[in-house]
Amino acid sequence: MEDIGIVSYGSYIPRFRIKTEDIASVWGKDGSAIEKGLGIKEKSVPSIDQDTATISVEAARAAIRRCNINPQDIGAIYIGSESHPYAVKPTGTIVGEAIGATPNLMVADYEFACKAGTAGVQSCTAMVKAGFIKFGLAIGADTSQAAPGDALEFSASAGGAAFIIGKEKVIANINHTCSFTTDTPDFWRRAERKYPSHGGRFTGAPAYFKHVTSCAQQLMEKAGTKPKEYTFAIFHQPNGKFPVQVAKMLGFSYDQIKQGLIVPYIGNTYSGASLVGLASVLDVAKPGDRIFLTSYGSGAGSDGFDITVTKEILNLKREKAPSVMFMVNDKEYIDYGKYAKYTDLLYWE
Amino acid sequence: MDSNVARFWRQIPQRYNLIGNQCGSCNKIFFPPRESCPYCRRKSMEKMHPYQLKGKGEVITYTIIHVGPKDFEEQVPYPIAIIRMDEGPQITGQIVDCDYHKVEIGMRVETTFRRIQEDGYTGAIYYGYKFKPCSVD
Repeated sequence: MEDIGIVSYGSYIPRFRIKTEDIASVWGKDGSAIEKGLGIKEKSVPSIDQDTATISVEAARAAIRRCNINPQDIGAIYIGSESHPYAVKPTGTIVGEAIGATPNLMVADYEFACKAGTAGVQSCTAMVKAGFIKFGLAIGADTSQAAPGDALEFSASAGGAAFIIGKEKVIANINHTCSFTTDTPDFWRRAERKYPSHGGRFTGAPAYFKHVTSCAQQLMEKAGTKPKEYTFAIFHQPNGKFPVQVAKMLGFSYDQIKQGLIVPYIGNTYSGASLVGLASVLDVAKPGDRIFLTSYGSGAGSDGFDITVTKEILNLKREKAPSVMFMVNDKEYIDYGKYAKYTDLLYWE
Repeated sequence: MDSNVARFWRQIPQRYNLIGNQCGSCNKIFFPPRESCPYCRRKSMEKMHPYQLKGKGEVITYTIIHVGPKDFEEQVPYPIAIIRMDEGPQITGQIVDCDYHKVEIGMRVETTFRRIQEDGYTGAIYYGYKFKPCSVD
């Protein structure tokens, strides 16, 4: 089979963190109970001068530094996010210009709640396979929004990851990909509204679990594999509990998911969530490792990927950009007052 | 359209990718780009070539801003430094991702892509470079 897959990758996590207990104390809630219930100790917060475009640029530049490809060979950029800085004006044009990939390329911004980034990976894979482009750049990034006092405020965070897809010097071959999609209104944000709404407990069984398990089973059927054949597994991580639970339901062990389980330390980076997990896995992956990834986006759908790491990963200059765990640990805590300022909770005109 | 938009658009190569220029006569590098080399003058005419800085440098001097201009008021206190880029040009820029008490002369820094300004909640957003401590040198 012809190798088509990941040529390089990069990620970015903002430095600021707010602890779950500090958010809880503002609203008179029990922080330790929430921390235990959600499995999130703290979350990343974008600074006042960061947004999805800046996070995407940092992640994309990290990916290019590691592999040294000519950015002019990138034929498509797809950026998945639900917090694009503009409603009308693409984030991808900003990223394309900032990495030196313009002007001869296709650009589009994707939106599919938390799985728009993996949809971008699928599009790039298809474009490369069809021979339309040499390299494609897929990014999942968010500075996710949460209304003050809402349950989402404990998890909605910021971060992203970028993947260069191609046929040359492939470090991780994408063997199979598939999707599972239905019309399920578990979480949404209406046009021109600042904060999303959600269906509370309805976001569990009929939404996250149904789509992730259906997509994962379909993928294993397609690939003819079983959970034990994978070195690593990554599932969308809206909190620390769902991915652990869904892994168990599907027959994956905690050891298989722990390297890609980043949500307890930085919260839910939405479109970045499963892809930051994949970047963390690639930070340590060895030739021959097999990776299973299933994303989830509300509304609702899942994308699945069966990936095999190649010998080429030994030639990738992984040290040229910070690892996910380096960025997880490089942090500065802020209080709720600064959090309110940085996330524009004090909005007025 | 706000007049800032056209001015910003013209400066995108500099603001996003630190594209200055180099004198084809004496090889000196300039940022921002200059029409002619102040050393070679007439000899540099039509010999000024685009040159992209790599984005790394060293703090030459700095100050801490406690009363910021509009668009930066919410970021105070923050450091502004003069940075000597590895290629030679000296650039003034804001240092982020760093406790301002820890900024020091000689510190290695690299560029990071950030929002610089915006024309209110409805106007254009202007991106560009700031500096942060080097993570991988």
